[in-house]
Amino acid sequence: MTEQVPLRLREDEACMEPAVTLEAFGGQTNAVAVRIEPGEDTRELLPHLDRLRRIDIAFPAFTDGRGYSAARILREAGFTGELRAVGDVLVDQIAYMRRCGFDAFDPDASLDPDDVEAALNRFPQVYQSAADARTPIWSLRHQ
Amino acid sequence: MYAYDQYDQAMVDARVAEFRDQCERRLAGKLSEDQFKPLRLMNGLYLQLHAYMLRVAIPYGTLNGGQMRVLADIAEKYDRGYGHFTTRQNIQYNWIKLEDAADILADLAKVEMHAIQTSGNCIRNISSDHFAGAAADEVADPRPYAELLRQWSSFHPEFSYLPRKFKICVIASENDRAAMRLHDIGIRIVERDGELGAQFYVGGGMGRTPMIAPLIRDFVPLDQLVTYSEACLRVYNRYGRRDNKYKARIKILVHELGAEEYTRQVEEEFAHLLDQGVEPPLAELERIKGYFRDPDMPDAGQEADRSDPDFAVWLDHNTHAHKMPGYVSAIVSLKPVGGIPGDATAAQMRVLADLAERYSFDELRIMHTQNVVLPHVRKADLYALWQALNEAGMGTPNADLMGDIIACPGLDYCSLANARSIPIAQRISQRFAANGKEAALGELKLKISGCINACGHHHAGHIGILGVDRKGTENYQLLLGGSEAEDTSLAKITGPGFDELGIVDAVETAADVYLRERTEGERFLDTYRRIGMAPFKEALYD
Amino acid sequence: MKLITGNDLKTGAVTWWTGDGWSIHIEDAADAGDEAEAIATREEAARRVNVPYVIEAEAGPDGAPRPAHIKERVRALGPTVRVDLTLKPDDPTAAQKVI
Repeated sequence: MTEQVPLRLREDEACMEPAVTLEAFGGQTNAVAVRIEPGEDTRELLPHLDRLRRIDIAFPAFTDGRGYSAARILREAGFTGELRAVGDVLVDQIAYMRRCGFDAFDPDASLDPDDVEAALNRFPQVYQSAADARTPIWSLRHQ
Repeated sequence: MYAYDQYDQAMVDARVAEFRDQCERRLAGKLSEDQFKPLRLMNGLYLQLHAYMLRVAIPYGTLNGGQMRVLADIAEKYDRGYGHFTTRQNIQYNWIKLEDAADILADLAKVEMHAIQTSGNCIRNISSDHFAGAAADEVADPRPYAELLRQWSSFHPEFSYLPRKFKICVIASENDRAAMRLHDIGIRIVERDGELGAQFYVGGGMGRTPMIAPLIRDFVPLDQLVTYSEACLRVYNRYGRRDNKYKARIKILVHELGAEEYTRQVEEEFAHLLDQGVEPPLAELERIKGYFRDPDMPDAGQEADRSDPDFAVWLDHNTHAHKMPGYVSAIVSLKPVGGIPGDATAAQMRVLADLAERYSFDELRIMHTQNVVLPHVRKADLYALWQALNEAGMGTPNADLMGDIIACPGLDYCSLANARSIPIAQRISQRFAANGKEAALGELKLKISGCINACGHHHAGHIGILGVDRKGTENYQLLLGGSEAEDTSLAKITGPGFDELGIVDAVETAADVYLRERTEGERFLDTYRRIGMAPFKEALYD
Repeated sequence: MKLITGNDLKTGAVTWWTGDGWSIHIEDAADAGDEAEAIATREEAARRVNVPYVIEAEAGPDGAPRPAHIKERVRALGPTVRVDLTLKPDDPTAAQKVI
């Protein structure tokens, strides 16, 4: 795990506090950053979102897609802090992560910023409403 | 049928560019096979026994003549002159080079086709009734709902790395011609008090643990279809098992939680998602429906002339009632005696394209039984159509008969298979054509899989055959009593397996028990259900 | 004997380790013996061949190696139901020899 956050898509200053585990967070009410593992229920955090500045969502393997749901659930609940994808985060998944509400990425292997830029801009439109601000195609069709 | 607008086209074009880039990175050594595999799979590209295999999506099995012609061109230009139609209404090519894959996708995109999500742990091509929009017995054409869900599921950001693959089927008839309850989600459009809505069956499937999907919601209003689907998928994505590939399908989750608890969780998620604005407006569904209006079909008032006895046989077996007077849907058999089930040459595909344009309002359907349908044919044109099909080797009058065998590619092509399926299908169709019993047997659905993954639907065959590896040699188990129609049931194994020749004899023995025991009007399946396994076992093993 | 096989990265074609390269013809395959696993690992890293792996074989009646498992024998030939598309389109007994 690196100290520096290699890639952030937010303007505010990075919260560099160490993230505590979900279990530890239960008893440690002053933590401002927490880390969610794939098997954990993100919804346990929902009563505490207003005092969290950053939530790390772990991807031990890029093929484990539970983190996508976790991220969307947090955004649907109104979380506006930093949502960081941590672990096996590869350029080919990053556009989907962005759509689910991630706005920071801490990959095991560093990403080429140009590749990231290309990946985020690859698809001109989107078919679904998700956790980002993009207008789905069905909405564009009926404006 | 549906036509892309600028948005659909731009999405598919972008996908081609993305995959071209991914292929280039793989060929340049920048991506490992582990990293590349999920990406190529989500574009339908497998690595099989002899080469790469490309599976092209045919959404809900519907295509037009121009698209079929491009499928023929691809078979010739990039493959070895043929393609294989699958039980999920798709087509696959067996001899593809990685270097050509992006070019093929670009050719497909020009006719509004793609290979998006035809593999991988994501929502796959959505299947439907092959008589959709033509059948006399449906409450609506199910394809607009399938198209709505196709768009929703394409590039879905949350559901592209699911625990396992995910198959959705949409029908709109009490008669199930699409194995609806053997899908991860089976949707039936129904009418209640004059309103259309959707029944949701969740957690069916075949594979090594076959299950029939339970009904989890009897009526989802049409303006909540996407939201309800999203809720079903989210519960699965969060809680489906990821510790064991063989227990990762949604059927295991529904089974382990119990249908009631799964339903409770879905309903809770659904209530939450209703406020999230994920549902397209009904105007979008109406827009899509506009593409599926019936063609103008004036009643020609003529019945087919049955004076040619061979033609009369084909008429009786290979046509299906149409909702419009003077029309039928015609089933084109890709099961010639001794042939490879579901294979079609480029020349045959072009004949189908021509015939669709001439006789069926430029529409074709792919059936899950690996045949083709011309959905809207004037009865007056049937004789000419039949002659043209015969000339191209596609006029075999065997729909739903013994020779109409579903078979997976098996060990001849597939890297997962344990035994060959195709040679068994060939021998059985030859045996029953030669002994004259096919006609006497009537409806009898035989389905063959070359391994436990059940791509050949052996669990759902009136007679099923499962190929296994027994100490390095091919061995075949016999199953009886399955159905994938509205009376869905799972077949049971008769007992010890047979070798390659023995299984053909065993099928004939089972057929003979039926011929001996049947009462007036009973199909094989009905007799089996009435008399049970014992008489068959006795004949097979004593 | 031990053979190394995989599928060519670019074409997907079945390919066999010859001792100093790769061939689509199993007749060219070399017995890699105790080195087999090491060669397979090295070749995987070279990324010319997809997932090279080691299989068991014996000398066949015609001198060419005959893999122990039917799956590898089908790979070496091609689909038994389309001998015209295999590496031995003119041998009417080719499919039978696989079984």
